Amino acid sequence: MSIQSMKDTLTTPIFRDNPIALQILGICSALAVTSSLKVTLVMCMALTFVAAFANFGVSLIRHHIPGSIRIIVQMVIIASLVIVVDEFLKAYAYEISKQLSVFVGLIITNCIVMGRAEAFAMKNPPLPSFVDGVGNGLGYSVVLIAVAVVRELFGSGKLMGIEILPLATEGGWYVPNGLLLLPPSAFFLIGFFIWALRSVRTEQVEEPDFKLASHTPAPAREGV
Amino acid sequence: MSSNDSIGKTLTVALLLCIVCSVIVSTAAVVLKPAQEYNQGLDRKRNILAAAGMLDDSKTVEEQFEQITTRVVDLRTGKFTDAVEPDSYEQLKAAKNPARSTELDPQEDIADISRREHFAEVYLVEDDRGNVDKIILPVRGYGLWGTLYGFIALEGNAQTVAGLGFYEHKETPGLGGEVDNPRWKNQWPGKQVYRDGEVALEVIKGTVDSGAPGAEYKVDGLAGATLTTRGVSNLVQFWLGDNGFAPFIENLRAGEA
Repeated sequence: MSIQSMKDTLTTPIFRDNPIALQILGICSALAVTSSLKVTLVMCMALTFVAAFANFGVSLIRHHIPGSIRIIVQMVIIASLVIVVDEFLKAYAYEISKQLSVFVGLIITNCIVMGRAEAFAMKNPPLPSFVDGVGNGLGYSVVLIAVAVVRELFGSGKLMGIEILPLATEGGWYVPNGLLLLPPSAFFLIGFFIWALRSVRTEQVEEPDFKLASHTPAPAREGV
Repeated sequence: MSSNDSIGKTLTVALLLCIVCSVIVSTAAVVLKPAQEYNQGLDRKRNILAAAGMLDDSKTVEEQFEQITTRVVDLRTGKFTDAVEPDSYEQLKAAKNPARSTELDPQEDIADISRREHFAEVYLVEDDRGNVDKIILPVRGYGLWGTLYGFIALEGNAQTVAGLGFYEHKETPGLGGEVDNPRWKNQWPGKQVYRDGEVALEVIKGTVDSGAPGAEYKVDGLAGATLTTRGVSNLVQFWLGDNGFAPFIENLRAGEA
């Protein structure tokens, strides 16, 4: 694979084929962990790591995976990586691992990781697969970080735990928007993100499944 | 690739993959265990300091923890004991061991913990003259979804609350999870525990009328979390009561602990 196509594999998932914005995958954790930027960054790193190495591992043994148990094989590889990541977080970022709690474990079921292992790594050599995993992890990260910045800044007046907008309850002027701290707000923000992205890249707009037909003239009624 | 789908190949691949993955996972678990245990210990210390309202972010947790003495109390006699080493004693494990704990009568078991260990760790802060300034006691009890684990800190007179905090619970975020809310926790310092030798401190449903008699024994309940509120009230009453630390506190007051 040439350098150019490697680069494409890495950058395409960031904006052109973003896993969250275009494929609408991995929304669950995007809603859950984005109320603070620090936690989000750790989650993004964890997911990127898992996606990259899961792709690498699956691709490495792709010629030997029996079709009948291929999803299970992918799951075993992904789950092992997730446990390793979880152990690392507990050892070196204990506070954050407590906040992320179940969501690290839930990377196992993250549709992006599974989706890329099945769709890309099963058909491509290890190195491009690894790059594809990194690229998709970055694509996920871009959206999550954007959502987390908005949610933490306007929801609690802070970024990375440092006060940016002084809160009215602490003697400042900013009245925080409580909705932004709740998971549904991420839905709106991701919606806006997709809207903005598709306004710039109109080729991402999907064809409507159904079209309203134009009116047909009413048939002339007989016998009146 | 049809050969991949033979039963033999399928089993071989599954087995090899499992072996490789389990080696990776167990290596990570074993290698990282010391660092994880250190973190858990540090987190526990931080929570002890936080419950007593002594946490100071400008110093490391370990530096601050030097002012705290860890002792072990025999809950059956209410006296200090040297039967176990505080550093290696695992209280929650002991509570599950029939040889090292007492089964509680359902009538007495208001905190719903089913067994109470014989030995409990307590954390004492002493002033310059060796008088007890703060007593920090581990507490636990059942809320709505699971057991709440935390610490309650009392002033040296063992009558006034210095603070309360939970380091682990499974309550609903936003409702029962508000036990972590600093504004709710701020009500605890200054509350009184014992009246005529009985634990009078309780968490009530609704808001405490600060002018009413007995307000110093009452803490506001959490809105929308009746069962968590009741759980916290029960666990405080259990651990400060006769089956908990009350005998120890009496001994400590009499200077006989």
